[in-house]
Amino acid sequence: MKILYFAWMREKVGRSEEILDPPAGTQTVTQLIDWLAARSAGHGAAFANRKLVKVARDQVHVDHAASIAGAREVAFFPPVTGG
Amino acid sequence: MMVSGARVQAEPFDPSVELKAFSARNVKSGGIATFIGQMRDTSADGETINAMTLEHYPAMADVQLAELIAEAKQRWPLDDVRIVHRVGTLKPGDPIVFVATASAHREAAFHACEFLMDWLKTKAPIWKKESGATGAAWVEAKTDDDRRAGRWR
Repeated sequence: MKILYFAWMREKVGRSEEILDPPAGTQTVTQLIDWLAARSAGHGAAFANRKLVKVARDQVHVDHAASIAGAREVAFFPPVTGG
Repeated sequence: MMVSGARVQAEPFDPSVELKAFSARNVKSGGIATFIGQMRDTSADGETINAMTLEHYPAMADVQLAELIAEAKQRWPLDDVRIVHRVGTLKPGDPIVFVATASAHREAAFHACEFLMDWLKTKAPIWKKESGATGAAWVEAKTDDDRRAGRWR
């Protein structure tokens, strides 16, 4: 599964993307965040305030309760500020 | 040059050139509304800003902007829509975003243009980072943008 990070989440994690194989039983975005946040201090910092973490599953906005089963790409980013 | 639909680009653009092309393409439309967002020289905290860097999620931005345009066309009788959005490093006064809507009459053009900007601000995966004398900081999302986007639901 490809994991992407943008803006200050990218800076805190220290990379823009990583290819990972989450453990069996990781079914929701929340469970994926639980696993990712424990990977490094940077990951932990990026996911420290989960209210600020927006998620897209295969380029579509989803909430933290969404399933990640079958997802090819999951992106994490702060609230958007374009326009 | 693509003359309709959405485009996210690192190269600077000239809104007057975009508008000229859009108008020429839509001579059957009686009304064209446009919005231009440009980089401010002052942050929300009143700090002087020298530069802004915009980052985006390319694959998702393309999908989101195409969906926004499809939604606007479903809600209003539009002849054409164009969105151009900058990414990369900008200076104060540089255009960030250009939105144009064409319709037979002004009401649909005005409303669709405002709708597109409101939704773009809360849905398009684009982030701004401002650089000033005291350093660089990511721009925080405004709750007012969510309120404005919510009006269209």
